[in-house]
Amino acid sequence: MSFLDVTLKLLSGFQDTLLLFFFTLLLALPLGLVFTFGTMSKWKPLSFVTRGFVYIIRGTPLLLQLMVVVYIPGIVFNSPLVRWPIFAGNTNAAYFAGALFAFVINYACYFSEIYRGGIESISQGQYEAGQVLGMTKSQIFFRIVLLQVIKRIMAPVANETITLVKDTALAATVNVYEIYFMSREILNSEFIIWPLFYSGAFYLIFNAGLTWLFRHIEKKLSYFRS
Amino acid sequence: MAIFEAKNIYKKFGDTEVLKGIDFSMEKGEVLCIIGSSGSGKTTLLRCINFLETPDRGEFYLNGNLLFDAADKKSHSDEEIRQKRLHLGLVFQSFNLFPQYTVLDNVCLAPLLLAKESPDYKKNKKQIREEIRAHAIELLKKVGLEDKLDSYPCQISGGQQQRVAIARALALKPDILCFDEPTSALDPEITVEVLAVMKNLAKEDTTMLVVTHEMGFAREVSDKVIFMDNGVIAEMGDAEEVFTNPKSRRLQEFLSVMK
Repeated sequence: MSFLDVTLKLLSGFQDTLLLFFFTLLLALPLGLVFTFGTMSKWKPLSFVTRGFVYIIRGTPLLLQLMVVVYIPGIVFNSPLVRWPIFAGNTNAAYFAGALFAFVINYACYFSEIYRGGIESISQGQYEAGQVLGMTKSQIFFRIVLLQVIKRIMAPVANETITLVKDTALAATVNVYEIYFMSREILNSEFIIWPLFYSGAFYLIFNAGLTWLFRHIEKKLSYFRS
Repeated sequence: MAIFEAKNIYKKFGDTEVLKGIDFSMEKGEVLCIIGSSGSGKTTLLRCINFLETPDRGEFYLNGNLLFDAADKKSHSDEEIRQKRLHLGLVFQSFNLFPQYTVLDNVCLAPLLLAKESPDYKKNKKQIREEIRAHAIELLKKVGLEDKLDSYPCQISGGQQQRVAIARALALKPDILCFDEPTSALDPEITVEVLAVMKNLAKEDTTMLVVTHEMGFAREVSDKVIFMDNGVIAEMGDAEEVFTNPKSRRLQEFLSVMK
């Protein structure tokens, strides 16, 4: 296999890597906020259940969670994911959706804890200032608190996002044809090992871009101090 | 008729009784200062009046109408409390400006959000926004900050921040403007500029309720002074009278230490 062939094959895998990455981020970022509201809820049953859920997800390996999502429907409920009607027989789509589901839940839990830390770090005075100015709870959250929280959590969110890029490789274990899967397949069929390390360059370059992006956002938010 | 009246206000935190039956009233255009040592309950009283704490017992009246009744729990919903708060403005010890907004936007934000609730906002959007902006600029001129409209809170001094906070509170045209130790976080030199703004407001007959440690200010500006001690009003009366002729031993001690 030529360098070009390998590159093309890895690129086709990297496409799935990127899809998994972007959709996970797109869904887990807002879902994390929902979990945060759950854990911070004053209604005890809700906060108890959400905390318990976050505790379990954060306390077990993502690798296992992937297995659970992809194989439990078939093994336990006798209804394999790949035969679900919504996938219309497209096994690749079924595996991808299963992996995406596990990633979204897992990352939403991590994000929710980051959000919670950010929200709790905002001084009570900001809420009170909004209250005495006749603002509603949601106005106080969205108009006053949110941007300050975003500024404060930028660094940990960047960290988590960069981890996500690399974690997508775990999806190979449940038959998502992402870049690590592809490089391993080349190893198995062609007995060449360098594509495995070559795939690392894709992650590295992509993360370099993300690092730049996050630094840019942090700079954009540096016009105020809180 | 009194513009504001507090009747028999009680507040407990856990087992600690902080307010043990507070009664007072104030007239329109009056400046009322609340003095007293730390822990006497004066800040808690101010926070109750601004609904940041809910009194356990007692009532507030505004212009003779019942504003708040601790016994009527049904009237304590977030929305009702929010409406009631609009009669009062509060300036905090720690300013609490919104850091991500400019000075002008800090002042405009709440009036804009409030204007959006009115039914004719959509029709006259542009005009209403223009009016709010003009009013905000006028208020910022009044506190001497017309050249800082586009600055962010982190770019101006503490005294300037507190003056923005005053303008921000005035922007909603409250019936009573409350201050919670407005100069305690400022150094003496800067305290002067904030007190000057407050003196001007007093001259314009703004109704003000001021919790303060600035005895000079209380004596010079206020019409009436309340001395709080251990959760009750220990002494209340005409400012000059309270300062020159304190009746209770506790107030005599307090004033001699504060001098």
